[in-house]
Amino acid sequence: MSHNVIVPIGPYHPLLEEPELFQLHVEGEKVVDIDIIIGYSHRGIEQLAETKHLDQIPFLVERICGICSSSHPYTYVLAVEDILGGEKAVVPERALYIRTIIDELQRIHSHLLWLGLAGHFIGYNTVWMWAWKYREPVLDMFEMITGNRNNYAMFKVGGVRRDIKDEDVPVLKKALDELVPALDLFRGAVMDDPVIQARLKNVGILTKQQCIDWCVVGPTARASGVNIDVRRDEPYGAVDRLDWKVIIEKDGDVYAKTIVRILEMYESVRMIRQCLDKMPQGEIDAKVADIPAGEGIGRVEAPRGECFHYIKTDGTNRPVRLKVRAPSFMNVASDKVGAVGGTISDATITLAAVDPCYCCTERVAVINKPDNRKIMNGWDLIKMSQAKTNKIKEEMKQ
Amino acid sequence: MDLKTKALLKSIWVFHVSCGSCNNCDIEILDCLTPRFDLERFGIQLVGSVRHADALLITGAMNRKSVPRMKKIYAQAPKPCVVIAVGQCALSRHMFRYSYNVCEPLDKILPVDLYIPGCPPRPEAMIDGIVKLVNKVRGNK
Repeated sequence: MSHNVIVPIGPYHPLLEEPELFQLHVEGEKVVDIDIIIGYSHRGIEQLAETKHLDQIPFLVERICGICSSSHPYTYVLAVEDILGGEKAVVPERALYIRTIIDELQRIHSHLLWLGLAGHFIGYNTVWMWAWKYREPVLDMFEMITGNRNNYAMFKVGGVRRDIKDEDVPVLKKALDELVPALDLFRGAVMDDPVIQARLKNVGILTKQQCIDWCVVGPTARASGVNIDVRRDEPYGAVDRLDWKVIIEKDGDVYAKTIVRILEMYESVRMIRQCLDKMPQGEIDAKVADIPAGEGIGRVEAPRGECFHYIKTDGTNRPVRLKVRAPSFMNVASDKVGAVGGTISDATITLAAVDPCYCCTERVAVINKPDNRKIMNGWDLIKMSQAKTNKIKEEMKQ
Repeated sequence: MDLKTKALLKSIWVFHVSCGSCNNCDIEILDCLTPRFDLERFGIQLVGSVRHADALLITGAMNRKSVPRMKKIYAQAPKPCVVIAVGQCALSRHMFRYSYNVCEPLDKILPVDLYIPGCPPRPEAMIDGIVKLVNKVRGNK
């Protein structure tokens, strides 16, 4: 007897703050296959970008995703500056440091957000509340620098829009100092808790080879021992002038992914401290004249992995083409190997472990394959049962 | 005020639907529940099913895939149900107005009771909006 039981999660499910649909094909408790259906928040941003001025697009790409809302504009301005000869050739020194500060602060806030949600998924609501409590000071730092908690509007071609005031620097340093004990708390909570270890170790394993085959990027790949980080491989901003290291774990399970993210927050705190110390005085943006015709790419290590933008211009003030590839697009597909083979109760944390962001990933999905599956609800089963009774009645009559 | 409305105002249970937003409003809604803002002290709680909800929090620019589903969700909600549009996208489609995939603004599709503008609205703004709505239904200024 063949089973084809499907457990749907979504599209509007309390577990997910974004709309997407997972279909878990299960046999008993075991997940045998998984379908990921996206496209519920597709907004056609690449096409909209072609109708906007080059200076308006940072505001548009900022709204691709709310969590990594500095990665996308940063990647975009890097792509435009690539046409002009590279970031270092165009942007003043002070702006490079401010860009790095914003980028790293965002990494801390994103990882804390993920840690909270992951805690919520495995039933540790205390971790959720704590992580989000200690995320608020990070948002306050953002508010101090940029004036907004979530959409920063800091990046422009040739520099940044707002300066960090000298009197704000000690306040920022103090806030960072207060953040470190909170990070110690989380590291202790995850590393010392036997329940969390039992729950996360050997769950949702991605091997190094699988990561390479499925083009996984970011902390998800680094937790499996793949040594990639755009910040080191192709430095942007001021990261090549700072002392930091790439965090790598070997195991590839959910536990390793958690550890990588927690340790990365420490590195980000270190980088921001160094930036605040080393930041020179001076201009924060260069006056950029016309953008010539050409093609450029930008790569930034977003909290979820490598974010990539390609832009083609023709000398006018609008791009001919803007292509966005967000990190989750690669990472979400790896659920196909990560979640399959596990149990249903582990599926949620495995799906969440890649830190999926569907707003980034959304694109028009065209499905060619005819759908032959039949999903039965209660009424179908009653009808089947009644049909069987009728059949037996017919046989009895004969 | 009848008994049903009175009971509804005691503790508003909300169901949150994201109809194609950029996540920011959704995060700020979750932020309202966490220790700094802590909406649960007013009895406001996120619930898992729309059938338990007194209020729908809707974020995002309505796109072609979410409009039919949104109508279905609203039909399932027990009435009286308050519809709250959170964020500029739900109010006016924001900068996605001319997109090929984005349809009408939310108030052309569902009867919206409360608009909370902002991109994203601050948690204080959401709390303020809900308090204003409760006061209005109670009839005091």
